[in-house]
This record gives sequence, C-alpha cells and structure tokens, in this order.
Amino acid sequence: MHFINRETIQKQTKKRMAVNHLLKTLFFAATMFSLLVLAVLFYRIFTQGFEHLSFDFLTNFASRKPEEAGIKAALYGTIWLMAITGPISIVLGIGSAIYLEMYAKQSRFTRFIQTNISNLAGVPSIVFGLLGLTVFVRMLEMGRSVLAGGLTMSLLILPIIVVAAQEAIRAVPQELQEASYGMGATKWQTIWRVVLPAALPGMMTGSILALSRAVGETAPLIVIGALSYVAFVPDSIWSGFTVMPIQIYNWTGRPQEAFHDIAAAGIIVLLALLILMNSIAVFIRNKFSKRH
Amino acid sequence: MKAKAIFSSLLLSAALLSACGNGDGSKSATGNAAPDNDNQQSGGTVQIDGSSTVFPIMEAISEEFAAVQPDVNAPIGVSGSGGGFKKFTQGETDISNASRPIKDEEIQKAEENGIEFTEFELAFDGLSVVVHKDNDFIDQLTVYELKAIWVENEEVKTWADVRDGWPDEPIEFFSPGADSGTYDYFNEVILEDEQMRKEATLSEDDNVLVQGVAGSPYAIGYFGYSYYAENTDKLKVVPIVNEAGEAVAPDLDTIQNGDYNPLSRPLFIYVNNESIKEKDHVYEYVKFALENVGALAEEVGFVGLPQEKYEEQLEKLEEIRNS
Repeated sequence: MHFINRETIQKQTKKRMAVNHLLKTLFFAATMFSLLVLAVLFYRIFTQGFEHLSFDFLTNFASRKPEEAGIKAALYGTIWLMAITGPISIVLGIGSAIYLEMYAKQSRFTRFIQTNISNLAGVPSIVFGLLGLTVFVRMLEMGRSVLAGGLTMSLLILPIIVVAAQEAIRAVPQELQEASYGMGATKWQTIWRVVLPAALPGMMTGSILALSRAVGETAPLIVIGALSYVAFVPDSIWSGFTVMPIQIYNWTGRPQEAFHDIAAAGIIVLLALLILMNSIAVFIRNKFSKRH
Repeated sequence: MKAKAIFSSLLLSAALLSACGNGDGSKSATGNAAPDNDNQQSGGTVQIDGSSTVFPIMEAISEEFAAVQPDVNAPIGVSGSGGGFKKFTQGETDISNASRPIKDEEIQKAEENGIEFTEFELAFDGLSVVVHKDNDFIDQLTVYELKAIWVENEEVKTWADVRDGWPDEPIEFFSPGADSGTYDYFNEVILEDEQMRKEATLSEDDNVLVQGVAGSPYAIGYFGYSYYAENTDKLKVVPIVNEAGEAVAPDLDTIQNGDYNPLSRPLFIYVNNESIKEKDHVYEYVKFALENVGALAEEVGFVGLPQEKYEEQLEKLEEIRNS
C-alpha cells in the first residue's frame, strides 16, 4: 500500500515547476516592459533636450527665439505653487484623516464622507479647475493669482493625502494606543506622542507623491487662467504665474523644431524637481521609520 | 560641462525648494483673501489673453516691449479666441487675441457689461491645405472641391470621387479642434456652416496634424502657414483656386497681397477702449505693437500687413486715446 504515489508526484512536479517558471518569466517580462518604456522615454528626452540645458536656461524668461528661451518664470511659478499647495493640503489632509480615524464614530454619515473622499480622488482634474475658477477666481475675487492656483491644486490632491494618511494611521498597532491609554494619556496625547510619530513616514510619502502629481498638472491651471507667457517672477500671492507643464505644453505646440528641443530640456528640469521631491520623501521615511 | 549644468540645476531647485518649506506666510494670508487683489492689475500690468494662434506674435511683442518699458508687465494667457472673449467681454482683460472676428453674441455680451472695444489687425495668416509629400496626383483644388471633400456627404468617399483619374483610395482628414479660430474660419469660408466629416481627426495641437498628414499617403489637412513653412520637407501644399480663377499656393507674397484667397485670414487684437484712455501702459503697449508687429510677425512665421494699414490703425488708436 502506498499512500504516496511517487510516479504521479513526479509527473505533477514537472508540470508545477514548469508553471512556476513560466509565471516567473511572465512577471519578469512585465517589469522589463515598464522599464523599457521608461528607458525609451528617458533616451528620447535626454538626446533631444540635454544640449539645451544650461544655467541660462534656468535664468532666462521665455522668448520667441528658442536659443534665448528659458524656464525661469515657470520654475519659480511651480515653486510658488508648491509653497502654497503643500502646507494647505498637508495640514487639511492630515487633520481630516486624524478626525476620521481617531475621533469620528462609525456611523452612516462617516461612511458617507469616506466614500465621497475616495470618489473625489478619482474626479478628473479639469473639474477641480472649473471649481477653482468659480469659487476662488470669481466668487472670492482672487483673480488669476498664484494663490487661486495653489488653492485649486490643494483641493485636487487633498483626497489623495487624506486616504494615504488614513492608511498610515490604521497601520499603527492598536496595542501601542491601548498601552498609551492604559498609562492614563488623553486622546490628544496619544495622537501626538504615539500615533503621529509612527504614522508620519506613511503620511509624508503619500503627501509628497500627491504633491508630485500637482507639479505635473496643467489642465486645472489653464482653466483658472494661469498665463502662458510671463516675463516676471511672482512677487506675492496675488501675482499672475505660469508653471512648468504649461510652459512645456506651449513649447511642444510650436511649429519650430527648436522649440520642441527646449521643451525636452524643460521636461528634464521638471523630472529633476520630481526626483528631488521623491528623494525627500524617501529620506523622511527612512529617518522616521528607524526610530520605531 | 553638461554634468555641471545638471548638478547646478539640481542644487538650485534644492535651494529654492527648501526656501519654500519655510514660506508658510502664504497660509496666514488666505484669511483675508477677498479684498484688494486689484493691485495686481493696476501695478502696470497689461492683461492679455486669447488665441493660441496669435500667441507667438504677442509673445514677441511683450518680449520686445519689456526691453523698452521694463516696469510694465505684459503676461499673456492662452484660452483660445473664444475663451479670451469670454474674459474680455466681462472686463477681466485689456487685450483679447483672436484668430477670427468677434461674434455677434460676444458683442452683445460686451454691450451688456458696458464694454466698448476696438478691433486692430496685426498680421495675416494663410491657412494652408496640405497633403502627403509623395502625393503626386493633386495639382490644385477649387473651393468647391474642398467643400465636397470636407463636408459630410455620401457622394465623395475616395479621391476618385473628387476628380476622375485620381486614385480610388479613401480620404483621411486632419483638422484643428472645433474650439480654435482656425476651425471657425475654415468652417465659415469652406464648409459654409455645414457638418464637417465625422471621421476627421481633430486635434488642438497642430503638430499632431502635421504628423498625421505626413504619415498617411492619402490624407488631407489644414492649419496655419507657419506649421507648413516649418515642415516643407514632410508636406506638400495644395494651390487653391482663388476668386480670380488662378491656382495660388500660400507664401509670404501671395498671403500679403491677397492673391491667396479665400484662405488668407487676418489675426486680431481687441482692445478695451477704456483701458486705452485710462491706462497709459495699455496705450503704450498697443502703440508699440502696431509700430513693430510687422517685422516681429514675420520672425515668428506670419505675414505682416502693408505698412499703410498699420499707420491707419495708429491714427485710430490716437483718436480713441484723445476722445
């Protein structure tokens, strides 16, 4: 009596190993495919735009002559926009996440809010542009200012930040919080001393990824009336402004080949800014996750 | 050298970004958001918005104007001719760029809001009808044939249906998007307001149209002259039979002297009369524009008007200023 039939096992093992191998190859190919696309993109952008990168490119304003055109106004505009969008969206986003996760009682109302936040994250960005145009530009009479743009962008990325921060708070072990309450700490003390430090890396990663999305957005800003040619740097939150994606879009739409090349140079600067922002996220994550 | 440039760009963005981190001053200011944002307008800023076709000309003017009057800002928005008028007729802008004349309902809107304005012509553009560069059967087209090709109908499906002897191949269409003044103009003079081919590929980006026509041997498309002029190696321009019965291809001369018709179109700016009267910097800007646009327009791929036309318009500007 053999409970184990060696022959069948051997037969099946071969098949199982083959499937195993096949799937591994498939997944590897999937990874390689996306890498390949990225590599082609990088190759194209860099061969086209690299020689136009120079210090002048960063310090010149846009020009009708491609060789003199630079991205200064757009670079400053993007940084101004981030300086407004960042603090507002992060403070509001993390605040609402704390309320929803730590204070709000589970009720039909909170579930309703929850569903809506998730839905908002999927609303097309141009809709937020129209909202910004009606509310900020017209109703609150902010005009076509960098402030109106920054607030619109804050609304756009708020849902993403809320969801990311909620996930981060949920990932904090319940035992840690119970222990804190057991020691007689109040809710706020628990949030401030226990929950936030543990959740911070996740929150920051989510926030900076959301900000990176805002850096690349064009449509909502064009709707609220961001400019395309600007020969000054914003000097206050009421200034008109342009941002890098608008400038790049403008250059790619020109008939002259030379403008397409400086558009590629603009994309390299934008990529550098994005990589910088993402590495800040990684840095914060590493620094704080080591403490816990 | 290049590595150094990249490094310095990274360094610069790092420095600027960290500066932003401290710049939370922006937040406290959101509290009193509603009041005085007018200082942005009155601080010597000319508010310009409108057509993307006219944009390169205005960019050149603003750039040169900044060299003469460094205190005046003249930034330019691109909302399209229609989007520009929407702002202009509400009094949000001083100057509206347009690649088509203002429409009746837009004039009405302006009247409702008490806005008086003046139209100035800046330059000409020749809408160029183009086909694939290897297309050797098309020698010329009449306006009537163009209409038959572009209007939605059952009779014309292939090039053979347009003229006997042409290949029996289906036509592919590439057209600027329905929001553009270019589309409006073509719609008016060629389609005469009838439905355009539904299978036409519409794009707001004229370079996409260039690529489309350059990539399909039996395609036809149209766009501003500068997009043809930059791509003469990829495209063939079709001479169009004009009112005098001659087949004329667009070039700088035929567009300027009017031989290339009916597809030559003027490009406009519309200026708020009150801005001309009250705001010195707007008046100076328009004056500078009319004095210099001829040469600048040609630099960016358009065709200047005859000199006397600019002089007439300068007189018109003075009249409004002094009225």
